[in-house]
Amino acid sequence: MTRFGQSLIQGLGNGSIYALLALGFVIIYKSTLVISFAQPALMVAGATMVVFLTGSFGLPFFAAVPVAMLLTALLGLIVERSALRPMVGKPVFVVAIITIGVDITIRVVVNRFLGNTIRNFTSPWGLDTLRVGDVFVQQRFLAMMLTTAVVVAALFAFFKYSRTGLAMRATAFDQETALAQGISVGMVFALSWAIAGALAALAGTFVGTGGSIDQQTWIIALKALPAIIIGGLDSVGGAVIGGLVVGVIEALVGTYQPTAAPWLGNNFAVVSPYVVLLIVLLLRPYGLFGTPEVERV
Amino acid sequence: MLSVENLEVVYDDVILVLRGVSLDVPEGKIVALLGANGAGKTTLLRAVSGLLDVHEGEVTKGQITLDGDPIHHLSPARVVSAGVKQVLEGRRVFAEFSVEENLRVGAHRNTRRLSENMERVYDLFPVLRDRRRATAGYLSGGEQQMLAMGRAMMSDPRYLLLDEPSLGLAPLLVQQIRDLIVEINQRGTTVLLVEQNASMALSIAEHGYIMETGKIVMDKGASELLEDEDVREFYLGLHDEGTPRSFRDVKHYKRRKRWLS
Repeated sequence: MTRFGQSLIQGLGNGSIYALLALGFVIIYKSTLVISFAQPALMVAGATMVVFLTGSFGLPFFAAVPVAMLLTALLGLIVERSALRPMVGKPVFVVAIITIGVDITIRVVVNRFLGNTIRNFTSPWGLDTLRVGDVFVQQRFLAMMLTTAVVVAALFAFFKYSRTGLAMRATAFDQETALAQGISVGMVFALSWAIAGALAALAGTFVGTGGSIDQQTWIIALKALPAIIIGGLDSVGGAVIGGLVVGVIEALVGTYQPTAAPWLGNNFAVVSPYVVLLIVLLLRPYGLFGTPEVERV
Repeated sequence: MLSVENLEVVYDDVILVLRGVSLDVPEGKIVALLGANGAGKTTLLRAVSGLLDVHEGEVTKGQITLDGDPIHHLSPARVVSAGVKQVLEGRRVFAEFSVEENLRVGAHRNTRRLSENMERVYDLFPVLRDRRRATAGYLSGGEQQMLAMGRAMMSDPRYLLLDEPSLGLAPLLVQQIRDLIVEINQRGTTVLLVEQNASMALSIAEHGYIMETGKIVMDKGASELLEDEDVREFYLGLHDEGTPRSFRDVKHYKRRKRWLS
């Protein structure tokens, strides 16, 4: 039971990171119909900014994170304006490939800053634990879950009630009609990249929390891919649940598989989300929460 | 006054769709624009509301002015802010949104008087008030058309461009929509009504234009158009009762149409 509780918490914690990343993917996909492969780069860029802001500039952690989020949002804006806006109307495939180029470019620059060393991450939680019953819970996982919950709630409110959020949803649904209502579609594109950037920076921060980041950290962001496919590419709620599912499965498999099914080999946990992904694709190709089309019969 | 002068529109750099169209929409009036499929009516509306870009279209000659200021190079958002709003053909409600959310999107450029405008729209379309929490995609066709018109009215436009509001609606509903257009007009919004349903459009319009293959071929008062022999025959489907018709008449129809232009 202790083991189960601990790995569940760990899974939910890591899952919130994936959820944040997946949200970025989904927000960009919904407004522009492009899967942005630049998310990993934005994530490490955000994490690196936190390292330098807390290290070289001496900012406290809680100030450094918002600043890094803001800067990464700005980076997202610049990427959208310079690399993607000129491609509006071009085939989605082409644009997706461009995002891979953007990803590599940003990562090269970020790696220049990171260098070959492992950068330790200073965060208020470190690896401190909290004892609940007989379960030792790492504080950082709690912080991740809490922050993600707040961010997700804020995003939902934003999309449901705010003028800009509604405009973004409207654009996602029918671009021409949105234009006819006076919505500036360019603004919506830019904003979705900015939001995705900020979320990626936050996710990057949590990846580093209690550990370190280096040139290989970006690979973690790829876990968001099974998350969005499981949740449904066009569903914000699905992205969150997909992220959590991936995190929990990974953690539980990591805990129990070595003893329960050793014949699957070492590190099976790493591929376990993809197994779930395959099953979901077989049963519900549009994801668990992909919107079924609303149609009057 | 909204006026279009010698407008020429080209799609994809090659397809000439509008060939020197001129028309005037004086403030406070209802003006009807009639024409067969492919005449260029919708293109004209797109040119006015700035939606040509989405369709790779471009104004190559002429201009569109609103009270003397050219608006044909403005972005759709600026055109809406200037007080011109288009209701797209085929209703195009945001099907996954609730009715109220649809209306709020319509108010995107004019949020200061949101609740006031929403009350006004609900007064105009009481059905929408009853169903404001309903998912827009599940409304009936008539209700969706009302929602599309209500959504446009949310920004309190001075000019409303309606693209085939009667499309696919039952005759009774067409009447209802017609009365609503009159009501909207009486409350101070100028209407440019694009229609295939000529009798409906001419019954409420003050002035009518008839378009064929990218040109205005007739431009008269609505009552004159209703009386016009060619319009009666070709657009209203009226001809002398009882006279047998033959294929020769069909040829005659073609000849007459060419003569008409």
